[in-house]
Amino acid sequence: MKETWTLARRELNAAFDSPTAYVVLFVFLLITGWFFGNGLFLEHVASLRTVFSLAPIIFMFFVPAITMASFAEERRGGTLELLLTLPVRDWQVILGKLLAVTILLWTAIGLTAVYALTIAGLGNPDNGAVTGGYLGLMLLSLAYGAIGMFSSSLTRNQIVAFVIGFALIFTLFMLDKITAFLPGAIGGLLEYLSIDFHYQNLLRGVIDSRDILYYLSVTLVACLLTAYNLARRPE
Amino acid sequence: MIEVQQLTKRYGAEIAVDKISFNVKKGEVLGFLGPNGAGKTTTMKVVTCYLPPSGGQVLVDGMNVTQEALAVRERIGYLPENTPLYREMITYDYLVFAAEMRGVPSEKQSRRIAEMTEVCGLGDVLAKRIDTLSKGYRQRVGLAQALIHDPPILILDEPTSGLDPNQIVEIRHLITALGREKTVILSTHILSEVEASCDRVLIINNGTLVADGTPAELQAHFMGRQHIQLGIQGKEDDVLSTLESWGKAQLTGHQADHNGAILYDLSADPSDDLRPELFHLAVEKGWVLTELHGVQADLEDVFRSLTT
Repeated sequence: MKETWTLARRELNAAFDSPTAYVVLFVFLLITGWFFGNGLFLEHVASLRTVFSLAPIIFMFFVPAITMASFAEERRGGTLELLLTLPVRDWQVILGKLLAVTILLWTAIGLTAVYALTIAGLGNPDNGAVTGGYLGLMLLSLAYGAIGMFSSSLTRNQIVAFVIGFALIFTLFMLDKITAFLPGAIGGLLEYLSIDFHYQNLLRGVIDSRDILYYLSVTLVACLLTAYNLARRPE
Repeated sequence: MIEVQQLTKRYGAEIAVDKISFNVKKGEVLGFLGPNGAGKTTTMKVVTCYLPPSGGQVLVDGMNVTQEALAVRERIGYLPENTPLYREMITYDYLVFAAEMRGVPSEKQSRRIAEMTEVCGLGDVLAKRIDTLSKGYRQRVGLAQALIHDPPILILDEPTSGLDPNQIVEIRHLITALGREKTVILSTHILSEVEASCDRVLIINNGTLVADGTPAELQAHFMGRQHIQLGIQGKEDDVLSTLESWGKAQLTGHQADHNGAILYDLSADPSDDLRPELFHLAVEKGWVLTELHGVQADLEDVFRSLTT
């Protein structure tokens, strides 16, 4: 486990030594802050609704951008070979990278706590919904990160990694929006597979284990697929 | 220490390494020689547990690379071709990262890093980003990360490629010094390097082992003839006909040098040194002798004869 943490720390240091982390945090907070402030000051509505509905969309673009380099760049630069000849297991490498991405995203989410505290002071927020929203965001970003990392492990090309990652996340997000066009049974299945469906459930403040399990499963499957890609030792 | 038994590695349908077998003794410095694409790097990748073998097995210190990969990796320090490093990291931070990943205990880390800095000459660049370093320094950082856990085995893939002559000499000295205590496998194209640093040489061509022995053994075994170069001024026709009738050596070529003499290349059985006889022949015939020396078959000739 020590190695996993060392790897995660290295990735985080790299993200914070470059403009990456700062740009991500800054722009994310800028957009969510603008919408939050808009609602608060112009419409006199103290609500995190806009933050919670906007964040998954912002992450849909940001997360593939953050994760596109994770394996693709290492393959291209040859450092993956060196990494995989260290006395560490493949899964420790995968976990380390996922940990780093997750910490970055959860930091971004955590910084929006300012808004939550603001409305807590101003009004009488529905604590269940706020908790559900934050839990949903954290789980969602974990799943996004895993999918992005998987996409990065498919290719040496960061652009391709980004596009595949975005496409996968977008598809999973949109799955429950097309159920109107499909017969009932399939519609139910697609709904269950959709990222947004489970997110909306959590937003209501009902912490259902099925929703939590969904995100954890998506993360696990993405990690397993990444492990499979790594094991093939592509050039 | 390292046993490679009938190792085969396939990339899809292509056979990169075809039933190679060799042993490396403890404390030996082994040179891998071969044209590009011969299978040197692939063999190294199998020994370092990066790639699994398609056939055969590799044992490092008695441990199988597929079954006990982690234990094997702990014993090896590896520097891949092109020295891949995390370019955005600062040298010192990179060494700390390497030490931690290699399992160097935390109380020993600063001492090991200091030692590596000393041994690899990194004192001036510890605070610099790796992408600002020259190739020579990057190579040294690469060597430092391979040595930081004091492994008994070092595997270096073309450690001097791309370096200028001064840097090559420095790295070579380093490798020779390391080779005294550690088992080293290095691959290279530079034949003089092999002659200078290696105890034993393996020549690989098209995935198969074509030679295995000390540089001297290879030279003796494959170039079973002695070669003499004779330089004589003037009297070309006389020399040619005399040598032909003398018959003890074959004339393999002759050309004019830039000092007015003509150089004759002779090839003969290695049994007797023919140089004294040639000297007397020249004296007897009244030739003006400018040169008379034996040409050592060098490793390049061995290499070329085995790989073309």
